[in-house]
Amino acid sequence: MDRRGTALTSAGRSARWPRLLPYGWLAFGGALTFLAIFFAYPLVEILRRSLFDGWSPDLGAFSEVLGDDYFRGRIFFSFWLALVSTVATVALGLPSAYVFAHYSFPGKTLLRSVSTVPFVMPAIVVAFGFIALFGPDGLVNDGLRWLLGRDDAALDMIGTFEVIVLAHVFYNYTIVMRVVSGFWASLDPRLAEASHVLGAGRWQTLRHVTVPLVAPAVAAAALLVFIFSFTSFGVVLILGSRDHATLEVEIYRQTAQIFDLRVAGALAMIQVVVTFGFMLLYTRLQERSAARIDFRQQLRERAPGSVLARCAVVLNALAVLLVVLSPLLALVHSALRVDGHYSTAAFENLFSGESATLRLVAPETAIRNSLAFAGLTVLLAVPLGTAIAYRLAAQARYSFVLDAVLMLPLAVSAVTLGFGFLIALDEPPLDLRASWLLLVIAHSLIAYPFVVRSLLSVLRGINPRLREAAAVLGAGRLRTFTEVDLPIIWRALVVGAVFAFAVSLGEFGATLLLARPEYTTMPVAIFRALGQPGPRALSEALAMASLLMLVAGAGFILIERLRYRGSSGF
Amino acid sequence: MKLICALLVTALVFLAACGDDDHSGGGTLRLLTHDSFAVDEDVITEFEQGHDISVEIIRGGDAGAVVNSAILSKGNPVADVLFGVDNTFLGRALDEEIFVAYESPELDNVDDRFEFSEFVTPIDYGYVNLNYDIAALEAEGLAPPATLEELTEPAWEGLVVVENPATSSPGLAFLAATVAYFGEGDDYDYLDFWADMRANGVEVSDSWTDAYYTRFTLYGGEQPVVVSYTTSPACELIFAEEPLDEPPIGNITPPQGSFEQIEFAGILAGADNEDAARDFIDFMLGERFQVAFPDDMCVFPVRDGAALPEAFSFAEPPAEPADLDYETLAAKRDDWIEAWTDVVLR
Repeated sequence: MDRRGTALTSAGRSARWPRLLPYGWLAFGGALTFLAIFFAYPLVEILRRSLFDGWSPDLGAFSEVLGDDYFRGRIFFSFWLALVSTVATVALGLPSAYVFAHYSFPGKTLLRSVSTVPFVMPAIVVAFGFIALFGPDGLVNDGLRWLLGRDDAALDMIGTFEVIVLAHVFYNYTIVMRVVSGFWASLDPRLAEASHVLGAGRWQTLRHVTVPLVAPAVAAAALLVFIFSFTSFGVVLILGSRDHATLEVEIYRQTAQIFDLRVAGALAMIQVVVTFGFMLLYTRLQERSAARIDFRQQLRERAPGSVLARCAVVLNALAVLLVVLSPLLALVHSALRVDGHYSTAAFENLFSGESATLRLVAPETAIRNSLAFAGLTVLLAVPLGTAIAYRLAAQARYSFVLDAVLMLPLAVSAVTLGFGFLIALDEPPLDLRASWLLLVIAHSLIAYPFVVRSLLSVLRGINPRLREAAAVLGAGRLRTFTEVDLPIIWRALVVGAVFAFAVSLGEFGATLLLARPEYTTMPVAIFRALGQPGPRALSEALAMASLLMLVAGAGFILIERLRYRGSSGF
Repeated sequence: MKLICALLVTALVFLAACGDDDHSGGGTLRLLTHDSFAVDEDVITEFEQGHDISVEIIRGGDAGAVVNSAILSKGNPVADVLFGVDNTFLGRALDEEIFVAYESPELDNVDDRFEFSEFVTPIDYGYVNLNYDIAALEAEGLAPPATLEELTEPAWEGLVVVENPATSSPGLAFLAATVAYFGEGDDYDYLDFWADMRANGVEVSDSWTDAYYTRFTLYGGEQPVVVSYTTSPACELIFAEEPLDEPPIGNITPPQGSFEQIEFAGILAGADNEDAARDFIDFMLGERFQVAFPDDMCVFPVRDGAALPEAFSFAEPPAEPADLDYETLAAKRDDWIEAWTDVVLR
């Protein structure tokens, strides 16, 4: 899964009381040290590699990259893909946001839950879902063959620009829907009423009142979508053709295949600067849109009255189900279809000891590795995220600055992080190349912002008087923590932990670069099975992707059950 | 609190599961190799029993990716022996000093032309050239080309798929063959040929597997001509599910238009088990192993007089492979790749 969603919570700005974790400063210091060694240092190494030759400045790699039509083309393409994906996602997400903000209808909560499914889906699962949907033997083509009575694939979309954009829409649709509908619903309806009273027509009200009010939220959502599409890796690598290499894919190719680490460093630097710039823009915008939520009276949801409104509600429900569920159902469908019949043969082959992919890595080993890394990531990311969340919750002024800095791992792509690890952590005392710890650390860096996000709003909401009461009654800090804080935050902790688990389970870019063969995870095994000849390897890859989807889906159900009702997080 | 304990315990169990590498018996020899490595399991078992050691085979992607990952893990290798670096990629591996020197006594049975460096031991060889799908060409009404120039003619538009030399060793080998065939800096040199090929719609794949098993018409693709090996027709017979009398594909081997690719094994610097690594390299050059693998990997054994599979009668070595010495290849490789990339991809 990509690292989306985390920033969806609009953080409350005012923390009225410093809330102390026992040994909080120590924990926070530990977290900062960890980030300095495993996040800042690899980035500095990339910078040094791309800007210096040894210790003397050398801009050769940058001029090589920027002076080359091909690399300029990759940069341009990354922007173009992100832009088109953003426009498509916003265009599809806005009508949904309107319906969710204005109407109440049966199954609304369920529909909102379903729309969150893409958050926990590994990119490799989504890519295979799209192959199962739009590939030459996919569901769409089967349908077209049946309809048109043709033998050939009428619509081969794999390897096209359009299918990558569709996959990005699948991933990001919910961001637009959630951010914008949450904000829209919180707008004061009296502004629009006042505008009507003053004689403005519908169109004028829309133009002069609603659009200016909603615009910051739309822009914030669009920026997030842009960042995620800009750094997209798995779906582009698998669904795109050679001409569709983004910066992210090119960094991977330069590192793993062509082995030009200078060029890879320069490309990674360019990408970091761009994404960080957009991230800053986003946090600023989020601040602006968050500040307006304090209106006393909220827009009241109402049942759809007119025929038009009812149609909108039904269409919206269909659209959400179609966008979110069709690739996932198609994946399971094609994993269960072998030689034109329904059968569980592909699943059985996986564990029969005669798997076609077994030559590369035993499926059991990949599954065991994935679960082990995900478990260890939870162990590392939860304390890390907790220490940081407590510090953020205690910060009264300028917390958004600290927030942005500590969320930096969101702006740095997974492949860049993996690349930084390769070139930075290769010498004693930090020679971790042979260690599984390297993967756990990479996964934890990508996962901890999720823990922070799910904890922060709950922490800020703890009534300080509870702690005061505990202190008056003689409880020490540790006792206060276990008896006051924990009972309140445990759900949020578990939600964060499950997110961390899901992030690690689906992580693809960094793992592909870092994993030594014995630590191959499910996403990497699935990807490599794709490169094996024969239909059997493909069907086993589909089966393994379905298993991964089921585990991620189980995590999702857990999250949904534990989420606080009405909590706006994620 | 209970919950945190539960999480902790679960994670510790995972940790334990993660850590249980089984180093049983007299130790483990680890072999890092590419995805195409294949040999009869009995042969490996023989080595294991003879040396009281277990052999673990680690497949790390295609040959280029394996070499790159070995370079990135230099000094702290994943394995003891690396098998599968070829003469096109060897320069990079030697520059990075990832191997320790070893001269196997079995090299007495190997032709001198295969020996390049004390750091690696030749194991097998083959010829990279163009293959064509016999039935598909007949359907197009085309005769197999006798020269490479023919492929730039309009009749062949969009019918050829090659591998990217930056990412694939057969791709690089074929690029080297075109340098030998057309020359460099001549009136019509290899880059002119590639420019014409591009204009004629040549397809480029990142890997041999993709080119052969996805793009080639024999496996349902669009191109009836593919860069592969002289041994591919023979191997289509060996691997055929239903026995065939004749191979379904043929070789195109004009003089200088094919490239002799040699695969080497080397002991990785920092290996845990250097003694066993030496034994294993000797074993790979021994009669038993040399006779066993050609069937599975579709290559020629380097050992003099090693018996060949019957189907290799369809794998006649080309009369005149590209005449390029190893030093030229090592010195020019990066320039050729860069020039090729500019002409064909950008």
